[in-house]
Amino acid sequence: MAVKKRYKDLTLLQRIYIPEIVKGLSLTMKNMFKPKFTMRYPEEKFIPPASYRGRPVLVQETNGEERCVACGLCARVCPALAIEVQAGETEREKERYPEKFEINMLRCIFCGLCEEVCPEEAIVMSKDYELAFSSRGDAIYGKDKLLTPVIQLQDRIEFLRSYK
Amino acid sequence: MPKFVLDGKEIEFKQGQTIIQAAKDNGITIPHFCWHESLSVSGNCRVCLVEVEKMPKLVIACATIASDGMVVHSASEKALSARNAVMEFLLINHPLDCPICDEAGECKLQDYAYSHSVGESRFVEEKTHKDKRVPLGPYIMFDGDRCISCSRCIRFCDEIAKEPELTFVKRGDRVTIVTFPGEELDNPYSMNVVDICPVGALTNRDFRFKARVWDMSANNTICQGCARGCNIELWVRNNEVLRITPRQNDRVNSFWMCDHGRLETFKFINAKDRVDGPYVRREGSLQKTSWDEALADAAKELKSSRFNRNEIAFIGSPYATLEDNYVFAKFAAAVFGSKNIDFMRHSDPSFGDDILRREDITPNSLGAEAVGIRPGQTGLNFDGIINGIKEGKIKALYILEDDIVSADTALEEVLAKLDLLIVHATNFNKTAVLADIVLPAATYAEKNGTIVNFQGRVQRIKPAVSTVELDRAMDSMSMSRLDKFGSIYDRWNQGHKYDARSSWKILAALSSVLGNKMKFNLAEDVFNEISRSVQAFSGLDYDSIGEHGVQSKLQPLEKIEKA
Repeated sequence: MAVKKRYKDLTLLQRIYIPEIVKGLSLTMKNMFKPKFTMRYPEEKFIPPASYRGRPVLVQETNGEERCVACGLCARVCPALAIEVQAGETEREKERYPEKFEINMLRCIFCGLCEEVCPEEAIVMSKDYELAFSSRGDAIYGKDKLLTPVIQLQDRIEFLRSYK
Repeated sequence: MPKFVLDGKEIEFKQGQTIIQAAKDNGITIPHFCWHESLSVSGNCRVCLVEVEKMPKLVIACATIASDGMVVHSASEKALSARNAVMEFLLINHPLDCPICDEAGECKLQDYAYSHSVGESRFVEEKTHKDKRVPLGPYIMFDGDRCISCSRCIRFCDEIAKEPELTFVKRGDRVTIVTFPGEELDNPYSMNVVDICPVGALTNRDFRFKARVWDMSANNTICQGCARGCNIELWVRNNEVLRITPRQNDRVNSFWMCDHGRLETFKFINAKDRVDGPYVRREGSLQKTSWDEALADAAKELKSSRFNRNEIAFIGSPYATLEDNYVFAKFAAAVFGSKNIDFMRHSDPSFGDDILRREDITPNSLGAEAVGIRPGQTGLNFDGIINGIKEGKIKALYILEDDIVSADTALEEVLAKLDLLIVHATNFNKTAVLADIVLPAATYAEKNGTIVNFQGRVQRIKPAVSTVELDRAMDSMSMSRLDKFGSIYDRWNQGHKYDARSSWKILAALSSVLGNKMKFNLAEDVFNEISRSVQAFSGLDYDSIGEHGVQSKLQPLEKIEKA
């Protein structure tokens, strides 16, 4: 029986092995000096672009007042029923304000519909993605956690306006 | 009958009817703001403009008398463009503040802006500014900016409440509504102007900003404020009644209800003094206990040898339903053979008027008497029972859902003489705190039942608030989106459920403990037995009563008095 030559028999150069090692290591070397895509979270934080939909927050004007007038449209549009608003009366020009504004972060699905429906540009999606809680109660964010100064949200507000 | 053609459809009308009224009677709604079926025609909003063939210009459907052979187009190109133009005019000065307006969701202007408007304003100038947040009266807040000057509220005060208090002042775009000098909008029917206001210009100060209308559920029921029995809707969110609005019933209350009914007949449902679970007096103070224990205690006390059956008396209630009173009368007769049974009449001559309010401030006195809350031949009536207690002839008293001590404070000393006082109560009122055993009764918003108004009309009350044993879905209450999808972990779905039961249910259970089984599972079972055994209600059932009630064979009280 004649010995049939195998189709995949290696060439001499390949059988020497070293050139192949050099080829592989050169690829490794090339990538070692390219920019990295990973980061050392949590020491190093990822800062998302303006289009990112993080935790929804309430916009706080520079005078400390909230923009929200407690119309309840965000609560109505929320497909996950995450938002609860209780309106109250104030002496301000806009006579209605949120006495209570709670978002249940266990229910929130970050769809951004609340932001889209808001007639006052009062609720926007922030860049905050760090959400951890140890109990159901902690997951319900009240006004204390939601109110965010407008300066910190400029980026997102400009993004929203550019698409209106 | 004469006929005219509306949008290609031939409709019949009565001679003298307006186009809009004839259309409404045939189930066609021509858009309107200022027109209201039971108010005079003012014709100032111009939204109901329609095209009538052979007439030179468009006419307003609310003020044009229909005539035989007329051909009317309410949706022709000309009519539609006129309606769009009128809407554009109305929206020129109407502020875009729906987000902060309480009317949003039930606003006629909002609805019409969607259905009859072009969706864009060509008005770039500044809108007019008028007074906002003006309290017109104790219950009404006025916002001048939102008013579209339809004059419905003015006509309501003049024609229905018969107390002219409101008027227009100024002209053109400065026109606004004020009360007459020295007057307030404080007639007993003032809050109906909130319902008829097509926009959010007049708002209910009691309900302002409490809830969005789409977050609430509404259940049809009957007002408990007086013997009129106005048809109402109870608006509930998170198991709490937030407001009452009237419901149209031409035979009882038309479109209206009084401010007393609207404000004072629901707050006790979620008051802090609700009886939540049965209470039994131990070592001098009322202590909460279980149902089984309370019923066993009640049975033991009622059967005790301290008094014989002639020394027990029963006081029914004109505030309780027919079902409750019927089972109460049956309980007294079947278990104790007692003839000492009656109820206290509550009458307030200053409350009654010739519009809706009645002197009899209880919702069901006619019905209570009809189902057997009246003394037997040798039995004692209410005054007889009270005298009997004073003389020591009556030693035990069983009171059904009536706060007789608040009605007559002298009774406090009288009731103290009793050996045993059992009370069914919704709240810890002045009578309940004196009791030895308090059994928690469901309020009218937590049970099924029927009541009979002063006309002898049987009307249904339906649950709107759930209790420990009453479930929103299982007991067919209407449900808002929040009710449907809420879980026990949602804070907006944790409204308190009271441990209270319909009185007939408590009585049937107590009767069983005393060895006399009553086979009722539902309020409807009780009513079916009433219709079989009480002549005045024969042939009636819950289906025939329906949403608007049905006339029983009971004579109205005045007719009996006159005869």
